[in-house]
Amino acid sequence: MTPSRARHIAAMMFAGCMAVRSLHAQAVQPTVAVAPSSATIARVRADSTRLPYTDADVEFMSGMIHHHSQAIVMARMAPTHGAGPSVSTLCERIINAQGDEIRLMQQWLRDRQLPVPAATAGGMKMKMGGMEMDMLMPGMLSDEQMKQLDAARGLEFDRLFLTFMIQHHTGAVGMVNDLFASKAGAQDEAIFKFASDVNADQSTEIARMQKMLAVVVFEGRTP
Amino acid sequence: MVSVFQSARLQRLALAAGLASLSACGGAAKPAQMAPMPDARVGLKAGLNDAGEAISNLNVLSRTPSPSKFSSAMNSDLAFTGKYAIQGNYNGFMVWDISTPTAPVLASSYYCPASQNDVSVYKNLLFMSSESTGSRKDCADGGAPGAVNLDRVRGVRIFDITDITKPKLIKSVETCRGSHTHTVVEDPKDRENIYIYISGSSGVRPAEELPGCVNATPDKDPNSSRFKIEIIKVPVAHPEQSAIISTAKIFENLQAPPRHGETTVDIENAAKAAAAARAQGKFTASIQGSEMVISDNFIKPMLDSTAKANGHAAANSADSTALRSALPIMVAKMFGGGGATAGPDQCHDITVYPSAGLAGGACGGYGLLLDIRDPAHPVRIDAAADSNFSYWHSATFNNDATKVLFSDEWGGGSAPKCRSTDPKEWGADAIFTLNNGKMAFKSYYKLPAPQTANENCVAHNGSLIPIPGRDVMIQAWYQGGISVFDWTDASHPMEIASFDRGPVDSTRMAMGGSWSVYWYNGAIVSSEIARGLDVAELKPSQYISQNEIDAAKTVHYDYLNAQGQPKMVWPPSFALARSYVDQLERSSCLGAARIASVRADLSSAEKASAATRQSTLSSISTQLANDARNSCDAPKVQKLMDAVRDLGSIRP
Repeated sequence: MTPSRARHIAAMMFAGCMAVRSLHAQAVQPTVAVAPSSATIARVRADSTRLPYTDADVEFMSGMIHHHSQAIVMARMAPTHGAGPSVSTLCERIINAQGDEIRLMQQWLRDRQLPVPAATAGGMKMKMGGMEMDMLMPGMLSDEQMKQLDAARGLEFDRLFLTFMIQHHTGAVGMVNDLFASKAGAQDEAIFKFASDVNADQSTEIARMQKMLAVVVFEGRTP
Repeated sequence: MVSVFQSARLQRLALAAGLASLSACGGAAKPAQMAPMPDARVGLKAGLNDAGEAISNLNVLSRTPSPSKFSSAMNSDLAFTGKYAIQGNYNGFMVWDISTPTAPVLASSYYCPASQNDVSVYKNLLFMSSESTGSRKDCADGGAPGAVNLDRVRGVRIFDITDITKPKLIKSVETCRGSHTHTVVEDPKDRENIYIYISGSSGVRPAEELPGCVNATPDKDPNSSRFKIEIIKVPVAHPEQSAIISTAKIFENLQAPPRHGETTVDIENAAKAAAAARAQGKFTASIQGSEMVISDNFIKPMLDSTAKANGHAAANSADSTALRSALPIMVAKMFGGGGATAGPDQCHDITVYPSAGLAGGACGGYGLLLDIRDPAHPVRIDAAADSNFSYWHSATFNNDATKVLFSDEWGGGSAPKCRSTDPKEWGADAIFTLNNGKMAFKSYYKLPAPQTANENCVAHNGSLIPIPGRDVMIQAWYQGGISVFDWTDASHPMEIASFDRGPVDSTRMAMGGSWSVYWYNGAIVSSEIARGLDVAELKPSQYISQNEIDAAKTVHYDYLNAQGQPKMVWPPSFALARSYVDQLERSSCLGAARIASVRADLSSAEKASAATRQSTLSSISTQLANDARNSCDAPKVQKLMDAVRDLGSIRP
């Protein structure tokens, strides 16, 4: 990566973070784009010759950055929206876990000198029929749903957060399944491991959230 | 006909119900942060081969880089047989002769790219896990692309290591989810067969690639490959006949309260409460196999709407019946269609402790306690869930099987979960006591030294160190290094030794650190992901005496798979007796004068002739029997008496 390109990516990420911050006080920490050393690039090239990554891998890693970014924006609402104790803890875990995963995905792309999407909660830019469109990854909340969540407080926030995050996580698990079903996806060890971890982590959290949601809905109290 | 409720309507009703009972919603009680402390492990210089090191109460005897074919790939788990340590690597495995711990020698290696290539041994057989979709049957480079690829192997590869310098691939047993790790299980009643429990959290293979694999959930297809573990039977004399013989459905009817201590009893109690509530006309719903009573606040508006839709002024029994039959559909909708069948559907790792007939399964969001007295048919006897745990990684029992420690590999080992900002309950070990097959949570243990954001760090593999009379363990924390800790007091685990290097790279996250570290016949052997094989030994300190280290070295294994925990047995030795004396001194449960006297007596017994020794030992025992009555640790004094008695069998 040339220094100017690295600066460009850093600037893009920073701009992305500013946009998020204006929406919700705190945002994903911008990561500093460090150009990989020549040794790193050589190693990655050697790996890629052995097990080349595919478009499906790149789409998965790029799309999941947006996907995770939205989860973090959602989770950051907890302290200001009167989330109950269990939901607050869950939110802290999501912020911590998915923040680290965003950095991992960005590094994977950067090492392969691929475009690194900023950690913004919007959709992924995709060209369709010559027009650039914002595509939401599976399970991501629509603007309408995000507004709905942002307007909720207390128990209603818990309920909506859990409902939407189950939807959100289910989408991520679906993305993993799609990747494994793709023609040559997840041959790269780093992606295989990461995608498997997303699957295990988020399936576990879905089960946990369903149980919490049942308490909110059926017992009318914060879990 | 009753109108079918739409999910939007249900949400509005739930909202109304929720607002009606809106109560205090305070902030979360934050888990305590790791306290910053002056620790030599903080601020170490980065570097792949020249990183700074901090060593506490250990001697590091050797640091051996992987040979070139393996150095570019990650090192994984370890197994031991005789004088050899077998080290898995994402490019195959290496066999190290560690009889000279200061200079391990490569005895052989086998090139076979796959993940994670975790290894186990049993007599002349070596087993290796293959999970990734890129693993090929022929062990060649190039991967196995495509959703279906018949060159792919996912499962367990079996090698003949009769001549360990020339390992031979005998067979690959294919499994539906591949094999992330595996566990060799011996049946004390049957020496002709061994069993392998397969753990795998990856996706289910298509039936076109491996016939019989079914990804659908069990409610949709009873032959589902999910929600169970696969078990391979290996005839020891005919390993080529190894095959999957059964599957164990150890996950059925689990529920997941976000707290410790969930049991099947909880589920039964919930069902009883629900039945009683229904008898009183209340409404109930089933969530993930556990029943809940639905509050009247939630039901009332729905019942009113049902009555209204049916043209009744007030709800009658027909409306109530209609709502009851519609509820399961509404519940399914609300939970994304997965209301009934979510929960764990695989294990990451299973540790068996055959001599206690127990296994600890780290399975999704649960730590499971299994009865494996019939190894072909493990049965779940208890389960714990913990809101501080992500997914459960592995288990270690203490030698008495009165405690079990589960680790949480939060972030999968690729993330830096030991920063000063990461809570000490997250990515840690959870320690439970075991009583009548029930687990009771006591405490967390996490590496006490904060690591940088460029170091992947979380609880990972370890094993017991046979310090008699104590529960001492060594554990790998990836780039957090290795940590020896005492968990004799389940509520207050304490670190007693450590070895850490600086980050592999100071500018970025680069995978490295100790994947696993085990105690094997006196040596501490660590598989360093990026740096090779490290061998260390314990150094006496205020926490561990030379006698305790000497006693630990009397415990001998012919072979070791850490996931198949051996029962540690200490042969009679003066070091063993002296270890107990040292421990009684440390706890002040034997007076200083008596400590000195017992030590002097043991020394003279050691030097004495057979006849004199016997009478000296008898005299020590008689006095100790008196001591036991007044000691604050009578069981330890009893152990010392037993050790002294057994010394009679040693020839001078």
